[in-house]
Amino acid sequence: MAATLTIAVPSKGRLKDQAAARLEQAGMALRQIGHERGYRGALAGLDGVEVVYISAAEIVHQLKTGRVHLGVTGEDLIRERLPDVEASVEFLAPLGFGRAELVVAVPDCWLDVVRMADLEDVAAQFARAHGRRLRVATKYMNLTRRFFAASGVAGYRIVESVGATEATPAAGTAELIVDITTTGTTLRANHLKVLEDGLILKSQAHLFASRAAPWSPEAVKLSDAILAKLSA
Amino acid sequence: MSAESAKEFEALEAQARALLASFARAGYEPVAPSIIQPAGMFLDRIGESIRSRTYVFTDLAGDELCLRPDLTVPVSRLYLERHPRADVEARYCYNGPAFRFQPQGRSPTRPREFRQAGIECFGVADRDSADAEIVRLAVEGVRSGGLKAFRLRFGDIALFYALLDALSLPERWRLKLSHYFWRPSAFHELLARLARGERPDSDGPIAALAEKIGKEIPERAEELVADYLDVQSLPLAGNRSLNEITERLRDHAADLRSAPLPKEVATVIDYYLAVSGPPKEVAERVAMIAKGAGLDMSAALHALVRRFDRLQQSGIDMAQAIFATEFGRDLEYYSGLVFQIEAPGNGAEPIAGGGRYDGLLEALGAPRPVPAVGAALHTERLLAAAERAS
Repeated sequence: MAATLTIAVPSKGRLKDQAAARLEQAGMALRQIGHERGYRGALAGLDGVEVVYISAAEIVHQLKTGRVHLGVTGEDLIRERLPDVEASVEFLAPLGFGRAELVVAVPDCWLDVVRMADLEDVAAQFARAHGRRLRVATKYMNLTRRFFAASGVAGYRIVESVGATEATPAAGTAELIVDITTTGTTLRANHLKVLEDGLILKSQAHLFASRAAPWSPEAVKLSDAILAKLSA
Repeated sequence: MSAESAKEFEALEAQARALLASFARAGYEPVAPSIIQPAGMFLDRIGESIRSRTYVFTDLAGDELCLRPDLTVPVSRLYLERHPRADVEARYCYNGPAFRFQPQGRSPTRPREFRQAGIECFGVADRDSADAEIVRLAVEGVRSGGLKAFRLRFGDIALFYALLDALSLPERWRLKLSHYFWRPSAFHELLARLARGERPDSDGPIAALAEKIGKEIPERAEELVADYLDVQSLPLAGNRSLNEITERLRDHAADLRSAPLPKEVATVIDYYLAVSGPPKEVAERVAMIAKGAGLDMSAALHALVRRFDRLQQSGIDMAQAIFATEFGRDLEYYSGLVFQIEAPGNGAEPIAGGGRYDGLLEALGAPRPVPAVGAALHTERLLAAAERAS
């Protein structure tokens, strides 16, 4: 029998374990079908629901294209990767894990930089002294661009980082960074400080519904049942 | 109108051939720069705002490339490739595709792949003549494309700099205002803040440090900042020198002590930026504002009027044109005259635009500043507007 409703959950890492724990706590234990590394599963007590295990980033894409009805992933990924968030997904429920803050951080030694507004002044000074724009290292290009535009900062350019973003100012490959932080320990260890108004997003994992998926009345019923158990 | 159907493609090509032929007759050599360009060039010069509109990609060798979002930068690079010393006059024309992502969705007048036909004029020291020549050729191009009724809109970035130079302002505020000119909302906020005499926070260890070093000579101030970083064990990172950090702390100290920007100065700037109308009237009104504030802007105003006269003599009805002191604030690489040609009707997309960009070639690697001015016609829009009008 084909599944009535498909829900995507993260396939690896802490997010996978935390999603499993949260679903179990709500009385919907995840049952992986087949061997331990299988990519399909079911939810205990809910017939007609198929669970697919995909990477958190890929879940965003599957929600957008409507290949899954529901998905568990981080708000940061949703906001970074969807050009029109409201038209693509609905925020059904915050799940209380995967908490992280996306922030703008500059070297500690920049004593003269406290707020975003300082950054634009520094960009002007930097262009005069070095003949180029400030470089911002980040994995979150879209969120960075939108936040900087809203803060009136324009004299910069993004360098896409693939890992160890926080090390780029010390290495000299970027002047400042936009990155995810949970406790701030990594930032401090790399002699970086968060700007006073440099909080871009307080993110956590959410249950999202796809607006593009084929929603049969039965699928809506199952989705409501999942939501009711999560909020119970 | 887009080049995606064969019939429209042929109509566009026929129009472009006519345009290029007329540019060539005026002494502009046809060139065809590459469609794929290094992305860093655009991101460094035009800024991150262009990335959201540009198809940027990484190739298998790991190089960050883009489909050119316009042709001015590629043609400028072509000039520098041919003339690395940047010491000769050159006039180029082109016709070809450019690519921009349309965040609001594609439409006939906002296609993601569009055609630009244009002209660029490098190294001509007589700026007035070069400006007039470019505007005249753009206007003739629009006319030859079949559009007889249109509106010309002008602005001049250099006139704003002339106003800032004439005003009595601390240098750090002058730099700040000219930098913020490109971001109108932040600019107005800054102006209001300076006029209210709002001080930076005067408590906290940084303000204390700023106050301490503000009284010292620059060299001593730099030593004090170095000591402070040493005591706090903060290593120098992020490619800014001690000197740069100290300079901004000293500006901070000066802001703590300084009197607010005189209200009259803020008012003069606001009045100036509100002026818009037929070019002759605008020149008179700016002259009145300057006179009322006791400022000498006569050199810049004479240059402006001289250029209007040139344009009038070359057959452009300047009485019908609009000059707005604010116009051009969203096009950061322009440095002087800017203009656009608009089809009749409200909200119509501009059909052509251009201006002077004397700073760009040096930023792209030229060993000296190169006078440069150019214009581009959006050929899909021109064809659509001409068809609407006929």
